Amino acid sequence: MNVIWIAVIILGVVGLVSAVVLYAASKKFAVVEDERIGKVAEVLPQANCGGCGYPGCSGFAAACVKAANAGSLEGMLCPVGGQPVMEKVAGILGLSVGASAPKVAVVRCNGTCANRPRVVEYVGVKSCRVQLLAGTGETACAFGCLGGGDCVAACQFGALSINPETGLPEVDEDLCTACGACVKTCPRKVIELRPKGPKNRRMVVKCVNRDKGAVANKVCKASCIGCGKCVKACPFEAITLNNNLAYIDPEKCRLCRKCEEACPKGAIHAINFPPRKPKESAQPVAAGETPAAEKQGA
Amino acid sequence: MAKKLIVSLSPHVHTRDSVQRNMYGVCIALIPALLTSLYFFGIGAAVVLLTSVASCVFFEWAIAKFILKREEVTVTDGSAVLTGLLLGFNLPSNLPVWIIIIGALVAIGVGKMTFGGLGCNPFNPALVGRVFLLVSFPVQMTTWPVPGQIGSYLDAETAATPLAVMKTAIKSGDASVLDQLPSSIDLLVGQTGGCLGEVSALALLIGLAYMLARHIITWHIPVSILATVFVLSGALHWADPVYASPVTVLLTGGMMLGACFMATDYVTSPMTAKGQVIYGISIGFLTVVIRTFGAYPEGMSFAILIMNAFTPLINTYCKPKRFGEVLKK
Amino acid sequence: MKTFKIGGVHPSESKLSAKSPIRRAGLPKQAVISLYQHIGAPAKPVVAKGDEVKVGMLIAEADGFVSVPIHSSVSGKVNKIDAVVDASGYRRPAIFVDVEGDEWESSIDQSEDLVTLADHPELTPETIIGKVKAAGIVGMGGATFPCHVKLSPPKGTKAECVIINAVECEPYLTADHRLMLEKPDEILVGTELVMKAVGVEKGYIGIENNKPDAISLLAERVKQHPHIEIVPLQVKYPQGGEKQLIAAVTGREVPAPPALPIHVGAVVQNVGTTFAIYEAVMKNKPLFERVITVTGKDLRQPSNLLARIGTPMSQLIEECGGLPGDTGKVIGGGPMMGKALMHLDVPVCKGSSGLLLLGEREARRKAPQPCIRCAKCVSACPMGLEPYLLATASSLRKWDVAEENGITSCIECGSCQFTCPSARPILDNVRMGKATVMALIRARNAK
Repeated sequence: MNVIWIAVIILGVVGLVSAVVLYAASKKFAVVEDERIGKVAEVLPQANCGGCGYPGCSGFAAACVKAANAGSLEGMLCPVGGQPVMEKVAGILGLSVGASAPKVAVVRCNGTCANRPRVVEYVGVKSCRVQLLAGTGETACAFGCLGGGDCVAACQFGALSINPETGLPEVDEDLCTACGACVKTCPRKVIELRPKGPKNRRMVVKCVNRDKGAVANKVCKASCIGCGKCVKACPFEAITLNNNLAYIDPEKCRLCRKCEEACPKGAIHAINFPPRKPKESAQPVAAGETPAAEKQGA
Repeated sequence: MAKKLIVSLSPHVHTRDSVQRNMYGVCIALIPALLTSLYFFGIGAAVVLLTSVASCVFFEWAIAKFILKREEVTVTDGSAVLTGLLLGFNLPSNLPVWIIIIGALVAIGVGKMTFGGLGCNPFNPALVGRVFLLVSFPVQMTTWPVPGQIGSYLDAETAATPLAVMKTAIKSGDASVLDQLPSSIDLLVGQTGGCLGEVSALALLIGLAYMLARHIITWHIPVSILATVFVLSGALHWADPVYASPVTVLLTGGMMLGACFMATDYVTSPMTAKGQVIYGISIGFLTVVIRTFGAYPEGMSFAILIMNAFTPLINTYCKPKRFGEVLKK
Repeated sequence: MKTFKIGGVHPSESKLSAKSPIRRAGLPKQAVISLYQHIGAPAKPVVAKGDEVKVGMLIAEADGFVSVPIHSSVSGKVNKIDAVVDASGYRRPAIFVDVEGDEWESSIDQSEDLVTLADHPELTPETIIGKVKAAGIVGMGGATFPCHVKLSPPKGTKAECVIINAVECEPYLTADHRLMLEKPDEILVGTELVMKAVGVEKGYIGIENNKPDAISLLAERVKQHPHIEIVPLQVKYPQGGEKQLIAAVTGREVPAPPALPIHVGAVVQNVGTTFAIYEAVMKNKPLFERVITVTGKDLRQPSNLLARIGTPMSQLIEECGGLPGDTGKVIGGGPMMGKALMHLDVPVCKGSSGLLLLGEREARRKAPQPCIRCAKCVSACPMGLEPYLLATASSLRKWDVAEENGITSCIECGSCQFTCPSARPILDNVRMGKATVMALIRARNAK
């Protein structure tokens, strides 16, 4: 019996001492944290993607609270949660936020294996950043996608994958949260975050080649040669031409698809539109868009 | 031009060195010890080594193919053969086949493949296997046949090893027990009981010289281990003759095998010269402590495994001397 | 025998063209003279389409201090100023000159006579540096750093010695070796010019002892130049690296960047550059031609050619027996640090030290195996870094870890990847990491 008592006493004393030490330590080293940080973090998606530019969701929450203390949440955006989440955050912090349209990543290169001939064979680490140091990649295009898959590696949501047939990355729009990690990592700035557009429909110039037309034409069949036909075709002045490259301003574009028809190289793509009906019936679609433009003009 | 040029980053040339060359290089370095073990233990040695190597290679292949489902199965890189050889060298020559197979399974399966295969294991796989067998089958693992019984395997006559004699001397406090030890020459050649690969210090030293000459390993680890053991056991012997003389300590048990072949394993040893010396000194220190004050007569395996665990820490804190660093200060 | 202390490897030397005397390459039909032949701001063209040019005429002027002028290497008519794909693989502006005849500027002394410093006592450091700058000389070992910048030490530093880099540690290359055998006196005079320009009394010429003929020849000729010392060095790559050479010759180590060699009192010039300096100062000849080694195991006639800047590489290959059918890779420079060319019409530049053709089998890399942590890369690194760690940190995008472990000190010599038994692409990753970390540091400093 004696042994049992001794054991009980010893364990009891050890337990008691540990409890006192732990209690003292928790009091002494307690970190005082603004309780709103925890509340904000709760409404965040907890993907810790870093798309906001802060180290994870808790970092973003802390930054939001800090910004709120300074008076406004301007510039703070969780690209994953988007507007609804930011409204919740603002609610917790007693502020309001401005509106911003939902976005999606768009690959602006159509230099598929068929369109853009491979002039050399690259041997080495499959990474765009590494290939970039060895020259223009496997093709002669000094601007387009390298196909090394850095964006695929950077995507936390599995929204990107390299299509083995084209050698180009493809975006799964349902999975893409527009966190911007791929945009940041792409050494050639091929990927752009663009507004999703009405019914997910949008017009994109799928080329980033800024070489002169003749050179761009030589290196890739699907390149923008900066001919300017789309600029003339656009009734809404949504297209600008800079450095031999056309760019469609998503804010101004009314999705009339005239530029797509005008482009001699097929570099302008209409995404998520229903398949084109025969030529005659295509007319009303474009016509249907026109009144909206007039409204805007008025 | 019809053919596409290849583009890659420099360097465009590569040394002839390869993983295979290093792994099989160590295997070649083990040949003298292999021959001595065959000479002293005959059939027993052959059976143990063959079983060990074959089962290690088999388990590596099987696990990579069926469990990890790897497309490329890399049994040809020589690391499984080497693990098998080293495991076999660490076993007594009368060990039953089924125990060896269990040892190989633990060495390859637990010691290596669980961590992801070659290059990823924190502990030396052969030693994981050996220590597992040592604690699981202590009787079979510590009865060593007397050398010279070429034709016998499981039925071999056994006797106490020099290490056991040394332990007895320490426990009894009677220095005269040490007189039973074989002479240093016998220890050097291998005319003594023990695990089959560790009996001949001379054969192992030849192997070490070969590895150094072919730049497979550097001198830092073996020399620092052996020097530490020599100094420490020398000090003990000088303080009290009940502890065996430093030369005897160096030549007995797994000292040479451990210092030359087990501790120098690439994957589990530190990366920098400074780190390797710290690692070697620590192994030497731990070995002497375990041999002298611990429960087991042999401390080499435990010492190496303990230091394997410290290798990442050593790598973090022992950085090579940077070019131009001294001038900066 | 002297050498540097940390790391180093010994690749197979393969100096196939060591016995082949320097010969003139033919004139190209059209010379393509790139405006990006040096580190720093590109040169600004001063000629226009249709202009007549002569050999040695200024066709593009320096744009700023860290920049050099460019001279025509041929005589003829400017065809156009357009982009050309150069050794980097990118399109960069160049001046295209259609060649007609070979008429040199009259100010250039075309004789072979040796002119020594004693013939020109009026030369001052300023005039030497001025002539070097006007001649458009850059580091001809491959770095292409403007030479006059190196000869003008920044304020607060004092040069103590001049080291001439005649190591040529890259396998295959022999251009510097042949130059030493054929122009020893010119090189010694050039060395004296460099010494005079930076105001020092001591000059060293570091030569690896795999060139015993050059060492003995220079050792004999150097007797007339008491301030110059020939330093034979043990063969070890990358001894031709500026920092390694200084360590080998003087025993001093240049601290980590941003420190420069001048901080340990050394001014290093390549032997080819030294010869160019001699020609610029003593013969009024701007830099418009250079010796280039064209070599490869399958090439019929590995040679050292004196080629005009702007000659297409394909022409040089033709002059050495044509492109072997099995060619897999064409490298501008040596095999350890050279750049694989994307096509064969890349023009010769001021920094083109060699052209190496590798066969299909040699051009492919071995399949990488897992890292076995053998630490051979650590002991091979001449900068005392841990390449395995830097490569892993870079591929995992842990830029902070890479920076802490000194990735910016990497000189990209390739010793780690060369020596790796697992054939891992260590330098691919380290290079990428270094570029990224440097960009991050620049962005941080800009804030």
